[in-house]
Amino acid sequence: MEDNLNDPTQDAPLILGEHTLNSRLLVGTGKYASFEETSAALDISGTDCVTVAVRRVNLDATKGPSLLEHIDRERYVILPNTAGCFDAESAVRTCVLSRDLLGTKLVKLEVLGDKTTLLPDPVGTLEATEELVSQGFDVMVYCSDDPRMCVRLAELGATAVMPAGSPIGSGQGILNPNAIRIILELVETCPVIVDAGVGKASDVCSAFELGVEGVLLNSAIALAKEPLRMAAAMRDAASAGRQTYLAGPIPKRLYANASSPTEGMIAGTSIA
Amino acid sequence: MLNGSPKEVAEGIAVEELIETLELSAEQVAVEVNGGLVARAERATCQLKENDVVELVTLVGGG
Repeated sequence: MEDNLNDPTQDAPLILGEHTLNSRLLVGTGKYASFEETSAALDISGTDCVTVAVRRVNLDATKGPSLLEHIDRERYVILPNTAGCFDAESAVRTCVLSRDLLGTKLVKLEVLGDKTTLLPDPVGTLEATEELVSQGFDVMVYCSDDPRMCVRLAELGATAVMPAGSPIGSGQGILNPNAIRIILELVETCPVIVDAGVGKASDVCSAFELGVEGVLLNSAIALAKEPLRMAAAMRDAASAGRQTYLAGPIPKRLYANASSPTEGMIAGTSIA
Repeated sequence: MLNGSPKEVAEGIAVEELIETLELSAEQVAVEVNGGLVARAERATCQLKENDVVELVTLVGGG
């Protein structure tokens, strides 16, 4: 414990409602080749929080193992989403069902505008956030990178605002880092987490360097040629980016600034 | 209606019995009847009637 207190690389945990996370990477469970691969990728990523979707039970399927049997609930906080909901009412119904399933009140709200862009519908998102907060949910809200929208969601009592870096599953990274910067300045009452759009480790790293509290990703790992190797890359990128932010990078400057002493040069080598 | 398809069940069957009949894990499903949640504690007493719309959901992989 004493060693830990003196560890110059220690970080505060990420608090989401009643949950305390040591890893700031939140990882989705969709699109993997198998439950075994899902489980291995989650393990390697170092995440403490995994997202899941709520769907109809497949009554025709041959009974087999379910996703829940491959996710250790002692180890991971399970974050059910409302993916696929295009209005506030459906999203709220989905959250009510997930709370009954899991016995937890933490949810990831998505109210989408259309199937092509999967961009969030701002009005439906605000309506659903207000209703879910009033019903006692801890609501992590997927939204666009509009700073004023993020402020309004925080004011409604969101547990986290989660602006998209770029469209879901697009792998385009953080398209508007300045918007994320402004969001970080304006939103003071809850964590800002970049959700969606990440493709590469450098996207994760740069998001954390901006100062976000967390990054949520899924496709970037699940659809990589080697998902387990990508899980390791994302884990390391999250650590590198977060530590860079906490360490405080040097300001950029136009000209060089020698790292070696300029005094004490041997005769005849110094430029006047 | 059960998950969007017509389904014949015994008149007055309780939600709890329906889950057993379908050989589903009671812990891994949530139930909605006519748009409203049937909480775990209500499953034994909530009886289904003709034309009820039942949704049985579970958790799957997602992001």
